[in-house]
Parts: sequence; C-alpha cells; structure tokens
Amino acid sequence: MDRFMWTNGLLEMNETLVIQQRGVRLYDGDEKAKLEVGVVLLSTHRLLWRDLKNHECCVCIPLSQIIFFEEQAAGIGKSAKIVIHLHPAPANKEPGPYQNSKFSYIKLSFKEHGQIEFYRRLTEEMIQKRWESTPASQPITATAGLKTGRTRAVGIVGIERKLEEKRKETDKNISEAFEDLSKLMEKAKEMVELSRSIASKIKDKQGDITEDETIRFKSYLLSMGIANPVTRETHGSGTHYHMQLARQLGDILQAPLEERGGMMALTEVYCLVNRARGMELLSPEDLVNACKMFESLKLPLRLRVFDSGVMVVQLQSHSEEEMIASAIDSVSEKGSLTAEEFGKLLGLSVLLAKERLLLAEKMGHLCRDDSVEGLRFYPNLF
Amino acid sequence: VSYTLPYRNQNSTLQPERRLTEFVLEMSFEWPWQYNFPPFFTLQPNVDTRQKQLAAWCSLALSYCRHRKLYTLDVLEAQESPVFNNKKIERKLSVEAIQVVFEELRKKGNLEWIDKNKTRCLIMWRRPEEWGSLIYQWVSKNGMINSVFTLYELSNGDDTENEEFHGLEEWMLLRSLQALQAEGKAEIITLDDGKGVKFF
Repeated sequence: MDRFMWTNGLLEMNETLVIQQRGVRLYDGDEKAKLEVGVVLLSTHRLLWRDLKNHECCVCIPLSQIIFFEEQAAGIGKSAKIVIHLHPAPANKEPGPYQNSKFSYIKLSFKEHGQIEFYRRLTEEMIQKRWESTPASQPITATAGLKTGRTRAVGIVGIERKLEEKRKETDKNISEAFEDLSKLMEKAKEMVELSRSIASKIKDKQGDITEDETIRFKSYLLSMGIANPVTRETHGSGTHYHMQLARQLGDILQAPLEERGGMMALTEVYCLVNRARGMELLSPEDLVNACKMFESLKLPLRLRVFDSGVMVVQLQSHSEEEMIASAIDSVSEKGSLTAEEFGKLLGLSVLLAKERLLLAEKMGHLCRDDSVEGLRFYPNLF
Repeated sequence: VSYTLPYRNQNSTLQPERRLTEFVLEMSFEWPWQYNFPPFFTLQPNVDTRQKQLAAWCSLALSYCRHRKLYTLDVLEAQESPVFNNKKIERKLSVEAIQVVFEELRKKGNLEWIDKNKTRCLIMWRRPEEWGSLIYQWVSKNGMINSVFTLYELSNGDDTENEEFHGLEEWMLLRSLQALQAEGKAEIITLDDGKGVKFF
C-alpha cells in the first residue's frame, strides 16, 4: 500500500475513465488497509480509489506500477478479490496513505461484485498501455521507478517477473498447439486425395492398388483411430505407435505392478500412466491397443479380461496358481474373508480382490456364503 | 417351531410320555458338520461344489425326517423348520434353494409332490419296499403269517408299538403293502370299516 499517492481524484488531460466499481475495500497485502469501503476507478493511466463517504480521501497509483494481477475467487464469507503485484515505489513518489509496507502487493475486495468486468477492463488497459502513448499532463513518476524495478532480479519482484514470463510462455504454447490443427487439415487433404485415387482405381478396375498405398492408407486410418481388422490379420496388430507405446508401458508399469501384487485394473493403469505423462495424454483406445500387443512383443506383461468383463494388466510372472494359492491361504488362515477384507490384507483394490476370490471359487477351492451380512468366502470343505 | 407332528392320530390325545419323547428326539438329533458351516446355506455356483452340497442336503433332510418320523413336508413351513433354518449361525436356506433340494429328492425317488403347485410333498426317507420288508419280518417273526390285520392295527396297534413302522402314515403303509403284494407276500383286502391285509 505504500505505492499509493494522495490525489484530488480529477482526471488529467489525456486520461479517460474506463470503469468504476463501488463497494471495494483495499487490502495492504493480506491485511485490510486502514481505509473504508469505497469506489475503485480505472482510467487509461491510473488506478484510483475514493472513499464513499469522504470524497476528499482519494488515492491513486499509476498503471505502470503494476507488474501483474490475478483473480482470487470468493470463499465462504469472503468476497472475490483481485490481487495486484506492484513494482517498488520510486524514491520520488509523492506522499500517500502509507509510508511503508511490508507487502509488495495489494488486493481489491469486491464487496458488491463487479470483479469480472473490472478484471477484464484492467487486462485490456494493461495490454494496451495507453498511458505510454498519451502521457498525462502530470509527469508519471513511476517511469524512473520502472527502470530500477527491472534491474532487480532477486526477491519478490524476481519471482513475480518469472511468473509473468511463464504466463507469456503458456500463451505462446497454446497458440502453437493450435497450429497443429492446420497440419491435421493438410494431412486430411492428403488422405482424401489418396482415398479418391483408390476409389477411382477400383472403379476403373485399373491395375492393383500398390502395396505402398495400402500401407499408407491403413496407417492413416489407424492414426485416426479406426482399427483396421485387415491389418490385425496380416501384420499382427497395431501400428508402430502402439508397439512403441507397449514397450514404454512395459517399462513404466513394472514397479507399480509389483507393488500392487502383480495386477492392476486397466482403469488404474490409465490414471497412473496419464498422470506420469502430464502432457500428451493417452486415449483409452490407444492404451487398450497397446496392451493387446504385450504378448506378441514378448513383454513380461499381459492384458487379461475376466468373465465379469473387468480388464487388468498383470505381470506374466504372476501366474494364476500363485494368485489362487494366495487366496486359499489367506482365507484358510482367517477362516473366512470378504472381498474388502482380502483386498485390505493384500493391498489390492476391492475389485481385484473379488476377482481372485471368484477365480479360486471357480477352481473349486473356495465356496461362498451369501447372506444379509454380505458375501463371504470360505475354504471349500464340501 | 411349527412342523407336522409325527403322530397324525386325530383320535388319541398325545400322552405326556410321547411329548417328552418328542422333545428328546428333537434334542438328540445329530446335525452333520455342514449344518454349522455358513456356506451350506448358500446355493453354490460352482457345479461340482453344488453337487456335493445338494447331496449333503438330501441326506440331512431325509435323516431328519426319519428321526422325527415326518412323512409330509410343507414348503413354506419347511423354511422355518430347524432343518433349513439354523438360528444359531443365523443362516437359512432360501425358498428357491429349498425347491432345488426338493427337486433333487424327487429325482432320487424320495419325494413326491402332493399338489400341482408344489407346496406340499410326501417324504419317503424309506422306500415302500423297505417298509414292506420290515413289516413282513415282524409278521413272520411273530408267527402271524396267514393272519389278517387291519391297517390301523399295523400302524397304531399296541403290539407294534416298538416297531419302526409304528405310526406309519396310511398312504405309506398302503404303498408298502402294495409292494409286498407285488412280491406275492401279502394281499390287500377290503373290510367293513376300511382296508386290511393278509400275509402269506
């Protein structure tokens, strides 16, 4: 709050009012400023605040002092706020309500809402920076401060600057990402031409479609997510992408699988892998297709589908006998177990625990007790 | 606990000794180990396990009926009978499961439905032929071949009090005698007030 200056509240020659909002309280950092609730005004050059009751009490700050700002959502009993991070006050700053402050940011608390529009307008003004092109008749004392601000690379200001740069970077990335769409459109054009030529060839019955074109066509289809059954027959299955992905999964999943007793539901795998990747997430279809290739690539993992339809990835070393044996042992030891208890015992999810118990029952090693108390499994003493 | 009393004798009142006997019988029945095994009361999905389970149920049902001398069962009453309802472990066989057990018994020839709706059935924990043979043994042992008996005498007479077939229900008695008749060892005759039989 020590960046603010007293002002008479009148706008300068080239300065225009952009928006004003009443019911705003100022905060010095996280603490309420020793001012009442008032009106906040945004002009092309400055940010002003005036006390509602006492119009003589008016403070302002040049927009150039603002490094960056962000919204803070409303909470229970708390109004929405805009947090504004400021450059340090220049040495020749005119007196204001605060001589010094330990905070380098202020907050505007919008007690009567209006923060969304205000934020938008503030963003616009900060982008356009109209004060630079049409300086107000009064000298903006902050310009000198601006230079001193820039040379500081450490402390809060440095962090704030880094944040600002990061934001710019993200913006750039987003616009770059959309460039891919245009690339996709080009590829689509290629595909359309290819399919047109194939179609016309078939129509004219002129010669065979070349091997090359067929492969290109199939790879296009697969990359677009259309699984081609012919490919699976002739080439085993999947594309190069899925093969690579399968190998990658083989590496990633080894440790987690061992931790979880050698088996993970496909949904768990999906979450784990995508969380690890961060960017370039996998689609469920890609994951399933890659998992289907484990066996053909001789990786030590297997995709397995249970009778109930549940799909799991399990370590190859994790044989069925072992699973059943562990189920029988646990049940015999405890006399009887429910799926929840068994899962807790082995650190498995309830779903997988139940599958194991059902498997053991299918093999005739366990029998079930189904009552109002729930489903329990006992050793098969029959 | 409501189930058919073993002595369907409408005419005589039950003597106190009989009531005591009944109580003792109830308490003295030896339940098989499966009876206290909770999964026994859940129809097992595994085919092999189920076969063994049903075999145990049939055996239990028959031996219980034999012990209590029950000749008919009512399906709804059966659900509350101690055979299918173990109050100690709080488990009971569902109606569907009871019907499966009954069907098994029927296939084995130990059960016959009385009505089309399958609500009541005859339980034959001993086949008619076996009864017939027992009766004939008693008759010949006491040198009563060529004598004529009324059916009532055989099933409820004082002479037969200690015999296993004492208290045999009429329908079962008749079938047993018919079996003997088929073997040529007896002939069912009609008397003034009912049926009778002569042994050869």
